[in-house]
Amino acid sequence: MASTDFSRTVSTPAQHHTFERSGAFFAKLHIDLILFLLLCALMVTGLSILYSGSGQEMSMVKRQAIHFGIGMVLLFIAAQIPPRVYQLVAPWALGAGTLLLVGVLVAGVGAKGAQRWLDLPGPLPRFQPSELVKLALPLAVAWFMAKRPVPPRFRDLLAALLIIMLPTILILKQPDLGTSILISTSGLLVLFFAGMSWLLIFSMITIVAAMAPVMWFFVMHGYQKQRVLTFLNPESDPLGSGWNIIQSKTAIGSGGIHGKGYLQGTQSQLEFLPESHTDFIIAVLAEEHGLIGVCLLLLLYALIILRCLYISSRCETLFGRLLSGSMSVTFFIYVFVNIGMVSGILPVVGVPLPLVSYGGTSVVSLLLGFGLIMSMYTHRQRK
Amino acid sequence: MWEQSIRDKAYERRLFRARAIVAAVLVITALFVLAWRMTYLQVTLHEKYQDLSENNRIQIRPIAPNRGLIYDRNGILLAENIPAYSLTIVPEKVDDLDETLAFLKDLVGISDRDLEQFDKRSSYRRRPYEPIVLRQRLSEEEIAAVMVNRFYLPGVDVQAQLIRHYPHGDAFAHVLGYVGRINQRDQERLERDDENKRRYSATSHIGKTGIERRYEELLHGEVGYERVETNARGRLLRTLQREHPAPGTDLTLHLDSRLQLLAAELLEGRRGAVVAIEVETGGILTLYSNPGFDPNAFVTGISFDDYEALTTSLDKPLFDRATRGIYPPASTLKPFVGLAALEAGSTSWNYKVLDPGWFQLDNDERYYRDWKREGHGIVDLEMAIVESCDTYFYDVAVRTGIDGITPFLGQFGFGRDMSIDVISAVSGILPDREWKRTTGRGPWYPGDTVNLGIGQGFMAVTPLQLATATAVLANKGKWEVPRLLAAENDVTTEFPHGDIPDITLTNDSDWDHMFTAMDHVITGTHGTARALRTNLDFPIAGKTGTAQVVGIEQDAEYDSEALQERLRDHAWFMAFSPIDKPQIAIAVIVENGESAGRTAAPIAQAIINKYLGGAEG
Repeated sequence: MASTDFSRTVSTPAQHHTFERSGAFFAKLHIDLILFLLLCALMVTGLSILYSGSGQEMSMVKRQAIHFGIGMVLLFIAAQIPPRVYQLVAPWALGAGTLLLVGVLVAGVGAKGAQRWLDLPGPLPRFQPSELVKLALPLAVAWFMAKRPVPPRFRDLLAALLIIMLPTILILKQPDLGTSILISTSGLLVLFFAGMSWLLIFSMITIVAAMAPVMWFFVMHGYQKQRVLTFLNPESDPLGSGWNIIQSKTAIGSGGIHGKGYLQGTQSQLEFLPESHTDFIIAVLAEEHGLIGVCLLLLLYALIILRCLYISSRCETLFGRLLSGSMSVTFFIYVFVNIGMVSGILPVVGVPLPLVSYGGTSVVSLLLGFGLIMSMYTHRQRK
Repeated sequence: MWEQSIRDKAYERRLFRARAIVAAVLVITALFVLAWRMTYLQVTLHEKYQDLSENNRIQIRPIAPNRGLIYDRNGILLAENIPAYSLTIVPEKVDDLDETLAFLKDLVGISDRDLEQFDKRSSYRRRPYEPIVLRQRLSEEEIAAVMVNRFYLPGVDVQAQLIRHYPHGDAFAHVLGYVGRINQRDQERLERDDENKRRYSATSHIGKTGIERRYEELLHGEVGYERVETNARGRLLRTLQREHPAPGTDLTLHLDSRLQLLAAELLEGRRGAVVAIEVETGGILTLYSNPGFDPNAFVTGISFDDYEALTTSLDKPLFDRATRGIYPPASTLKPFVGLAALEAGSTSWNYKVLDPGWFQLDNDERYYRDWKREGHGIVDLEMAIVESCDTYFYDVAVRTGIDGITPFLGQFGFGRDMSIDVISAVSGILPDREWKRTTGRGPWYPGDTVNLGIGQGFMAVTPLQLATATAVLANKGKWEVPRLLAAENDVTTEFPHGDIPDITLTNDSDWDHMFTAMDHVITGTHGTARALRTNLDFPIAGKTGTAQVVGIEQDAEYDSEALQERLRDHAWFMAFSPIDKPQIAIAVIVENGESAGRTAAPIAQAIINKYLGGAEG
């Protein structure tokens, strides 16, 4: 796999020439054509599902298309910036993000008992520092590990763990369990790609598993426990917190192999399925396009992630490899957690389905992340 | 150094690639987990979720049938269904229920009772998104006020439904009864039977008293269904299939609303009852108790204050005197006692008694007074009926004996509820030795028989019983059990005759002789109802009665004037007409009416005149 170049294996000799040329053209723009096309395919798919999931509201589809537009512009800009700039900014970005997280705890605003937002002065929009940290943490950990020998020494790993833990704990305090787990995972993934020994990896998994009961009794809040309990037995409260998961499973299951047809899903169209345009949008696809539709979407995600991992391994710098490897797998974790949640194998946590669920923040930060990956891959150091 | 660096870089790359391959394998494995999970839901459990999804989408909604109408014998509507508008709330759609209720209170006025009822209904088991009634009978203005503010009132709606209405109000309140909202107790009773549970699944009201309750089965009808597609908010999107409900049976009663309304008019301001029966059929023409109440108030739920006013009123308007009021029959019993004595051979039409104004039993010093202090002189049976001589009946009663009188009176239905479909009717009291002993009143004394001879003492009858006995008397002993229902959906109702034996007399001419005596009650110079002579359109045979009021408690709260009024005797009149071919039998009681001939008798006469006059012209 390491020596395989997708662009060569998928094109016939006749197409080869033009594809290669346009590939070269995009290379000058610091864009990976294959990843770009796959992302475009995912976004178009996402818009078409969104039209159905939003109750056929064209205005929502248009707004999401605008989010995609903004995200693509940011992706393009991010791709132009050379990796060393990111490497320079990385520690400062995490430092700033951590300070902002402290600010949230001191002066933040929020809803439903959680403080997640920071009100900026004047006309600036509300700001969620954890979004910044999502990018800043893998950047900072990659920056830290890239300066250290490979495979990492134990003390370096301990230092990296401290870097990871500070923002994680701050987000946990908001409280936002889901985000803190996802953010710490993206940092840990950097350590994984840096070559952390398997012994240490399994030791950590064991420790985390042992910590779970402690978390339940001392760290988790009532609503988080409720979500887990509902996950374990949704039928216990069919009209309350179990409603979402029962309805989403009903939507998925009733879709069968072939689905009920586009815009024909009764669960989605008759409003039985909650959050059908955001977190539960995969259920709309599953109901209307059946198992076939779901598998095609999973295939699309698989191609995107494999392409990302492939180009990660082709990055020139260790920093680039660590960063893009971590971000690729983090992207997949979003996919897995969302679909796992909607299909009832994971508890309900508020994670959108990447590039399909409606929502500006998520779309923009994801596309920005892909911009970073492309930057890592396309910039060559000339010494 | 350079070489070292190159080798390190190559090692770094190799290490990363190895990790990337591990990551790729894990990612693909995880994707297969998701695909497996989806396959499990979409293939293995597909049918289960298919059903769940259909159940979500499609609801079977029961549709309440229209309740059968009730007509009188002339086709005049006595109970109908009229559209009414009620204010409903779907709590699931309301963000702030308290705020909405406060707003509605200002807008259309919601009483505390409405709120109390609303809370109660909210607590019952119900489907999600099922509307709950908050207030009923909205006026046009109130509907408009709600509609204008609808934007601010999500979840609030105005629903049209048919509600029961009794156009004649008070006049038929006791006999028809009323329907009321199905309460917890009704619900529990209905749910005990699966068939009823199904039939009443859409029904909100049920017959609580009277005909409405007695013929609930017929009036209710058969529930219908519709399969509808709804969204998650319960909004109906389309009807897929509909099975119409079958309306309840329309009932035609023997009641004659002209007579009923006349009875109500004539008893205005009095306490009393009128029962009239068609002699030939036993059909009840009039069954009226005064004062009445407005049954319509009970349909939508009567307010606590109004209900308390009804239950605490000294006049007891909720009490059905016609079927549940038991009074001593007093002198109206004399024709029956007379026949009993004739049958027992203890008297004859020629047998005479000297009435000095009192009667004494052998070996007993007690005087049993005649109502006429100076006495009637020498009295025969006819004169004893006409002038209502007590002494004569003391004498023949004693000589006939309790064991002769009671069984004979029993044949006329005294001491039993003979009605077929008068749900509230009670049995009254027909005393005999056994009754007295088993009720703990000791052995039967000859003095008890003396009192029974003039319909006083233990004997107690309802106006319905006296009217029934009068009808049997008028029919010369031939029984037609009293009934209200005449036809179902215009098809005549046939009741089984039952095993009530007709009454035969040894000497059949005794009937006619008694009729003549009762004729003279009105036409005779000394007849106790001679006041009726001035208005006599049709020949009437009748008998007055004056029942002594006993057992009113000396309650200090009564003002003396009201107490005085309530201590006066009850006035009875029983009659039938025309004499040669009786069509109508009637019993009238006016509580504390004192003079039977001047209070009760004219009411009976007016009703007889209306009935026979109306029938002929």
